[in-house]
Formats: sequence, C-alpha cells, structure tokens
Amino acid sequence: MEKQQRVRGQRLVAIFIVGCLLFNYPLLQLFSVNNIIGGIPVLYIYVFTAWLALIILMALIIERRDKK
Amino acid sequence: MLQGGVVLLVSFLYIGLLFAIAYYGDKRADAGRSLISNPYIYALSLGVYCTAWTFYGSVGRAARTGIDFLPIYLGPTLMAALWWFVLRKMIRISKLNRITSIADFIASRYGKSSALAGLVTVIAVVGITPYISLQLKAISNSFEVIWHQSKIIGTAAPTIASDTAFYIALLLAAFAILFGTRHLDATEHHEGLVVAIAFESVVKLLTFLAVGIFVTYGLYDGVTDLSSRAFADPELTALFTARDAYTDWAWFTFLSMMAILFLPRQFHIAVVENVNEQHLNKAIWLFPLYLLAINLFVIPIALGGLLHFPNEAVDPDTFVLLLPMAEGQELLALLVFLGGLSAATSMVIVATIALTTMISNDLIMPVLLRWQWLELAKRDDLGGLILTIRRLSIIIILMLSYYYFRLIGNTQPLVSIGLVSFAAVAQFAPAILGGIYWKGGSRLGALVGLSLGFMVWGYTLPLPALAEANLLPASFITAGPFGITLLKPYQLFGLQGVNPISHAMLWSMMVNLGGYVIVSLLSQPRVLEHRQATLFVDVFELDSENGTAKFWRGSATIDSLRSLLSRFLDPKRVSDMFTDYAKARGFDWTKDIIADADLVDFVEKQLAGVIGAASARVMVSSVVKEESLSMEEVMDILDETSQVIAHSRELEQKSETLEAASVELRTANEQLKELDSMKDDFISTVTHELRTPLTSIRAFSEILSDNPDLEIEQRSQFSAIILKESERLTRLINQVLDLSKIESGQMEWIMSEVDLRAIISETVISTDRLFQDQNIELILDLPGQVPPVMADRDRIIQVLLNLISNAIKFCATENGQVEIWLQNYGDILQVDVIDNGTGIHPDDQEVIFEKFRQVGDTLTEKPQGTGLGLPICRHIIDHFNGKLWVESNPGSGSTFSFTLPIKNEV
Repeated sequence: MEKQQRVRGQRLVAIFIVGCLLFNYPLLQLFSVNNIIGGIPVLYIYVFTAWLALIILMALIIERRDKK
Repeated sequence: MLQGGVVLLVSFLYIGLLFAIAYYGDKRADAGRSLISNPYIYALSLGVYCTAWTFYGSVGRAARTGIDFLPIYLGPTLMAALWWFVLRKMIRISKLNRITSIADFIASRYGKSSALAGLVTVIAVVGITPYISLQLKAISNSFEVIWHQSKIIGTAAPTIASDTAFYIALLLAAFAILFGTRHLDATEHHEGLVVAIAFESVVKLLTFLAVGIFVTYGLYDGVTDLSSRAFADPELTALFTARDAYTDWAWFTFLSMMAILFLPRQFHIAVVENVNEQHLNKAIWLFPLYLLAINLFVIPIALGGLLHFPNEAVDPDTFVLLLPMAEGQELLALLVFLGGLSAATSMVIVATIALTTMISNDLIMPVLLRWQWLELAKRDDLGGLILTIRRLSIIIILMLSYYYFRLIGNTQPLVSIGLVSFAAVAQFAPAILGGIYWKGGSRLGALVGLSLGFMVWGYTLPLPALAEANLLPASFITAGPFGITLLKPYQLFGLQGVNPISHAMLWSMMVNLGGYVIVSLLSQPRVLEHRQATLFVDVFELDSENGTAKFWRGSATIDSLRSLLSRFLDPKRVSDMFTDYAKARGFDWTKDIIADADLVDFVEKQLAGVIGAASARVMVSSVVKEESLSMEEVMDILDETSQVIAHSRELEQKSETLEAASVELRTANEQLKELDSMKDDFISTVTHELRTPLTSIRAFSEILSDNPDLEIEQRSQFSAIILKESERLTRLINQVLDLSKIESGQMEWIMSEVDLRAIISETVISTDRLFQDQNIELILDLPGQVPPVMADRDRIIQVLLNLISNAIKFCATENGQVEIWLQNYGDILQVDVIDNGTGIHPDDQEVIFEKFRQVGDTLTEKPQGTGLGLPICRHIIDHFNGKLWVESNPGSGSTFSFTLPIKNEV
C-alpha cells in the first residue's frame, strides 16, 4: 500500500515534468505553424490533445485499483 | 428584447436560489448528512478558480492574441499533478494545526509570528481587492450589455444609485455574512457555502458550453467551418500561431500554478473547506478536466465574434453575451448572463470570506489583543466581537472593491487585472513552498522576502496601472519617477522586451526568493520556529499523537483554559469538547486541576481555528504561566541535547572498552588454547617419559625371570639398569608431583633463615662422587660469610642439586669444569653455576624453563633428564622472590644463576 502510493506520486511527478516540456518552447514552436489539419489549426490540435492526454493519464494513475 | 426588469428579477432570483442551496447545505450538515463529503462536490467547488475572467475575459484575450489565454489553465493542470505531494501536505498541516487561512499558514510555519500574519494579510487584501472589483465590473458590464443592448461599454458609467453592480455587491455581502460568518467554529467549515459554490461551477460550465455549441453549430457550421473562414482572413490567421513570446507563456504558466495553490479563495476551498484528504485524489484529474471543458469553446466563440462583428468597435470581452443577443436568442443570452453572474459571484463570495478571516484573525485581533487588552479582558463574549469584525470587514472589502472598480473604470481588460492579482499571491510561493520543504527557512527570511517581493510587485504593476488610469502622471511610466529612466516601472533597470507581468514577476521573484533564502541562511531561528518548522516539514512522519509536539512547559489551571475558550466559543460546545478530551485521555476533571502540556496545546489549537495561530498563542500565553523560551528552558533543551551527546560518547567509550575486552578475550582464548595443547603435550610427554623407564625395567625383569641361568655378571648388570630406571621413574614421579603441587599452590613451604654458603658446601659434598665419576673439576668461590635468606632449605638444595647435576651432565667431556660462585650484592645473594659445555643457543635459553622442553633432538637422542627440573627450579626461586636465568654463548658453556633477597633485619 505504502509502496503503491509512492509509485503513484512518482508517476504524477513524471506527468508534471512531461507536461512542462510539452507546453513550452521549443515543442510549442514546432506546432506553431500557420496551417489547419481537418479544419482545425495545428497548434490548437496539439495543445488540446496533449492536455487531454495528460488528464487521461492522471486519471489512470489515480483511479487504478491497488493490487491486492 | 429583454426587459431590464426581467434581467434584474432573474438575477435576484438566481442569488435567492444560491441562498436556498446554501441554507439547505447547512441544514444537511447540521443534521449530520453532509452534502460535501464526496469528491465530486470538492472538485466542482475548486472550479471557483474560473471567474468572470474565464467566462468573459478568456474569449476577449483569445480574440486579441490567440492561444495566449491558455497558460492560465495549463498551469493548474500541471500543478494538479503535484497536488499529490504539495496540496496534500498543506491540507494535512492545516488540519493538524487548525489553520484557517493562508496568512495563518505562513505565520504558523514561522513561529506563529503576528508580524508575518499581518504582512500576508495586507498583501492578500491589496492584491485581491482589484480582482474582486474586476468581478463587479464584469457584472456591471454584462448588465449594461444585456439591458441596454449597448455594444460599446463604458462611454457613460451609470451613477452608483442606478448601477446594478452596486446592489449585487450588497447582496453578495449579505450572502457572505449569512453563510460565511454564521457562527464561529474551530474547523471553519461552511458546508452550505461550498455546496453553493459547487452549484455555481455547474451553472457556469453548462451555460458556457451552451453558448459555445450555439456559436459553433448554430451560427456556423461546426469547428471546421469556423476555422476555414477565419483562415481566409489574414488578420485572423495570426491567432492560429503562438506569438513568439514563450517567456511570457512560461511566466503565465508559472503564475497560474502558484495562483491555484495560493489564491486565498483557492486555499480556502481546497485546504480549509476540505473535509476529507481522500477527496483530493479525484480532484487531481477532475479539476483539470473541468478546466479543459470550460475552455473548449473559447477559440470558436472568439473567432465567431471576430467574424460576426468584423469592423465594429466591440469589446471582445462581451462576445459571449453579444453573439446570442445579436441572433435574437434572448433566453440563451439570459442563461449566459446567469453563467457570468455565477462565475463572478462565486469568486466574490469565497474571496471575501477568505480575506475577512485573515483580516479579523491576523490583522485586527492581534492588534486589539495587544492594545486594548484590559478592555477585552472584561468581555466574556469575544466570539461575538470576532463575528462583528468579520461582518464589518466583508462589507468594507466589497465596498472597497466597488470603489476601486469605479476608480479604475474601463481602462484595463479583465485578464490584465486578474494577472496583477496572480502576481501578488505568487509572492507567497517562496515562503510557503520553502516552509513546507525546507526547515532552514526562518521568520526573518520570510518577512524580508515577502516585503521585498511585495514592494517590487507594487512598484511594477499597480502603480503604473494607476498612472494608466490617469490617477498618476503618465510620465511616471514613460520617463520614470522624477525622470529617472532606470526606474521606469515597466522597464526596471532597463529590462525591456517582456510583458509587464513577466517583467514584474522576474524582478519580484528574484528579490523575494533571494531575500528569503539569504536572510534565512544568515538568521538564527528561535526555538518556536524550529518546532513549527519540524511540524510542517515532517508532517507525514509525525503520527497524529506526536503531531502535537508539546511545547508548553508552563502550567495553567483547567478552569482558566475552559473560561478562555468559552469567551470565543459557545460554552456548551466547549464543555462537550473538554468532556470528549477527558474521555479520550482518561482525565478526571474532579481530581486534576492543573492542565498538562497536552491540554494546553489542545486548547491552543482549538483557539487557533477561531482566531488564528498568532492570536491564539497570545491568548493562551496570557493564561498559561509559561516558562518556555526562558533562558532556563532553553538551557534545559540544550542540556537534553548535551546529555544525548554525552550518552552517545559514553556508548562510544563502552564500545571501545568492549572492543578492547574482546581483543583481550581473544588473546586469552588463544593462550588457553595453547595451554590446552600444552596440557595435552604434557600428558603425552609424561606418559612417554613414564613409559620409557617402565619399558626398560619390564624388559630386563623379563630377561632375568625367563633366564634363571643367566651369568651373574650379566645378571648384576641388568639389575643395576633396573635399579637405575626405577630411580629415574621415582624421580620423575616426584617431580611431576612437585610441579603440580607448586602450580596448584598446594606445596608446603617450610620457611626458615637459610645460610646459602653452608647449603652450597653441603650440596657440593653430597655430589662429590658425581664429579669424581665424570672426572670433572669443581671450582668453588664462596665468600667467608653471607647474611641469611628466608627460604625452604630443602627446596634450595633441590634447586642447587638440579643445577649442579645439569652442569655435570652438559659439561665438556674432556677437561670438564664446573664453577660455583656465591656473591653478595648487598640486598641479594647470587649463585652462579658455570659449566664449560656446548652452551645453549639464544633461542633456546627461555625454552629450557618450560616443562618437558629439553634442548636437542628429543626424537633421536635419548633424553638426558626429565625436562621438569628447570621449570620446578624456576617456580621455587620465584616463590622466594628471587630470579633464575641462564646466560650462555654456544660453544663456551652456560651460566645458570639465581638470586635470593637477603632477609632484612627488622
């Protein structure tokens, strides 16, 4: 139990670090192109997808049942 | 066309609904069936983060600069991942220490400092009041838009009497007073309030989604349609890329990360109102999801607005409201208006309550308690006084905010005012984060860091904003104060090219963090600071019992503590509290009169929940005859420490002694082992030595008995051998017995005055035949007269005989010569027995004194003695306090000497 919690915390920190990298220079600049894909600007697709992915990962980490 | 009366009625009805919900929430809580004891309500109530700024301002900012509005929501998403550590720790600390505001939190961490509590309160009030006024402005604007259908805001501000925002502010004050200051409670939970806030979060999300869907799919043909249309407009495509301002982006992300933790309203909802630490887990992903949902349609609405009002002077902050109105969707417009109202009111209510808790507990009460102590002491009902202070400060804050809004007017967009507030609360970051992870952070460091950060913030953000609102001369910004260009508030020390917010953050964080760290490292923290630092930093290592480390070393009567609490809390609840405490601790109120440290600590915690840590300490100190912090106590603590050190030294010494002992033991063990093997050797040697003569005796006896007709000559020769071997056997047995007697201390010594000279003469005479047989010359050198020695005469003879027979045995075979000298050295007599034999090798000179150790190869040569003679001699001489030794050079004979002390004439 104790260990599970610790692993969970470490994974969340990893999410934080990944998130900091995703939403920052230079990755942002890579997607900051004047173009649309499927009718949506590339930058918006990137930011919202990454955002949602982070949230889903966080939910998975939090909600995963502790192994008995 | 919406009638103004309808709008007014609906908004008052909405606020009425809030009252009802909050009332219901409080009722349920009183009945013990709490509505807020589930993680979803908790996560929703955290949505108080999204204010009118989000509701109206995000679209405005998106319409101006594109994706720039997003860092404000990405930051909290990232921070949510760290909540697992940071927020959980803050919640745990606050619960253990009954912390009810962010000022209390900081003050409590740094030794319950009233000065820090006051400073934090001032920063919070100065920083947040504009933010509250921003909400009032949003409400006022939205009224104007929906009521007067005006697309251009702020041309003619309404008079106060005709400004709906003023009445809304009054209503909100009433709400905050009713549900935020209903009664004083040590936990400071307001369940009804939280339920109402969660409800408002639902309202603003749903209405915003509704208008988003309407604009995207009603006005236009979906997201694709909107984007392609915007893509056709070169001015709008600029919004599709990030402006090359990644520094600003990073700073905004950081700011919002700090804001989600340290905004007083976030702290209040996330920490103070938290009823269960477990609720945090779900909020970690639900809250970011809420943020994502409410931002989903910001860009589409912004694009829709820009496309819909292409060349009109329309404030983009009002797109959300104007788009449905322009399309005649009056019901939707009314809903949107309510959504905006809910976003604004939720913020105003929680922020106001959070600020007033700080103002009453951390600013006014400490001052009152110190200045007017005598007057206050007379009052029994201090709880009523606190509630009055809080209610008054709610009204004052709201009126101040309203005044600020009238003052600043429409000079700044919604987002900018909000960011200025964010920058203010970000100043708490070093003190709080440092405080919960670094024990070294000190009160002085926090004071210096906060003050410096706050000053730089004030100089670089609100002051120039006043200039922009024409309340200060514009030259303050353009030329700097008094024309000093280095001090231009937006370009401090010539720093250019960054957004004013990033600029202010850079400088303020630098001085704040720098001041905090450097002063902390230089200053000497007080005892109480040490204790609080440990309580905060190691909160997860302390169990609930130790979490309340006893610091009170004084004494107080239970009665005085009880009456102290009763002055602030309902006496019946105080009585219950004490009864519960007594049950839990096994106290007997009738017997125990003096409160122990635990109880004092308990009372202080309860009081801290009501009036804050710093004030609670002042109050409790007034009752407790405290000896803590006195020189004596400090010395005691030091003494304890030095005792611990002494103990550890002692232990160290003991372990050293042990080590030495174990080394000794090891050597002893080795000696024992050697002795053991020596004993084995001894026995086998003795057996061997006994067997040799026995074998001879037996063999020759058998010959004699088997051959009765043996010649007489041979017969007598064999008899002689048998006799000789028998003698040797007897001698050997006698010696073994002697030796064991001497060694076991059972030898009987017959001590008398002995004349050595006489003894030597006698012994020589008795051995005369031996000398003649071996043809050895004997030289005697004896003085005429020697003083007597104390010894056993027979034993001395034994020694002499032994030495003389040895000398004869090992003498040179030809021209053998033995000398015996007796010398008087004054206090000792020395006897030397000198032979001229082969001598003894230096390596063997000590060996010969060991048992059965005869020099020479014992395997091939027939042993010439028993090997016990010399050891016995040495034992004997030792017993008479003399010495026996040998000096020898191989090839030139040996000298055996012994000394005996001369008997002192008494």
